Amino acid sequence: MENRDPLFEVSREIVGADFQSAGDISGEVKKILLQAGFPPPFIRRIVIAAYEAEMNVVIHAFKGIFTTVIYPDKVHIVIDDEGPGIPDLELAFQEGYSTAPPHVRELGFGAGYGLSNMRKCSDTLKIDSHVGEGTRVTMDFLVKSQRDGAEVEK
Amino acid sequence: MTLKEIQDLLEAELLVGGNDDLKVKPSSACGSDLLSDVLAFTKERALLLTGLTNPQVIRTAEMSDLIGIVFVRGKRPDSATLDLAGVKKIPILATRLPMYEACGRLYRGGIKGCSEVK
Repeated sequence: MENRDPLFEVSREIVGADFQSAGDISGEVKKILLQAGFPPPFIRRIVIAAYEAEMNVVIHAFKGIFTTVIYPDKVHIVIDDEGPGIPDLELAFQEGYSTAPPHVRELGFGAGYGLSNMRKCSDTLKIDSHVGEGTRVTMDFLVKSQRDGAEVEK
Repeated sequence: MTLKEIQDLLEAELLVGGNDDLKVKPSSACGSDLLSDVLAFTKERALLLTGLTNPQVIRTAEMSDLIGIVFVRGKRPDSATLDLAGVKKIPILATRLPMYEACGRLYRGGIKGCSEVK
């Protein structure tokens, strides 16, 4: 697809283990997308995927950079973290599989749906991970998606 | 059913929100203590019933476009959670009823589950 010039670009730093601020960035992205006038179901699937990705960095990594680029016809999100990496991606995508520690499960996370939910919500999801270095998650969301009208489930 | 009717049915206290918020009608409801499930399976404008009271519950409601949260079995959130709900304009109810009974009363009252609405 040809990309036109971005309308807006924003980068924010995620701090690992900071559960007070976790969600701030996804909340800001939601506000920006609402102001840009995108349809609510489109915004909802972006923001759910963004929040899952943001929480993954807070839960598992030391820090990360969350970049959102908004085009007229799509939204591009890249989350680049410094952390332990994912040794087995196939296993990580398996629903119900999680390596979240007990204090995170007490908050209600760690059911093992994060990555699969990100895949359901996005049009494309790419994960590059290097054990001991970090993980880069790239997601694209198309306004005129094959998923138009599709719900965020299954 | 409006949030006001839900409040009466659950004998609940309104912790965050005003009279205008109580006029809102949820599309459906979901009872869960797993936020990952809420993010994966709720529908927009749903009502969440939960025993979790940490601020991430409010974040999850914000991201999922939920219209309100009911804290069950007498759980009281701390001020950080209530403050965040105020900022995000998400109404909060609290009931002494346990999860099963709170969900049961709402389902009997006609509120659909998340798998039953499109």
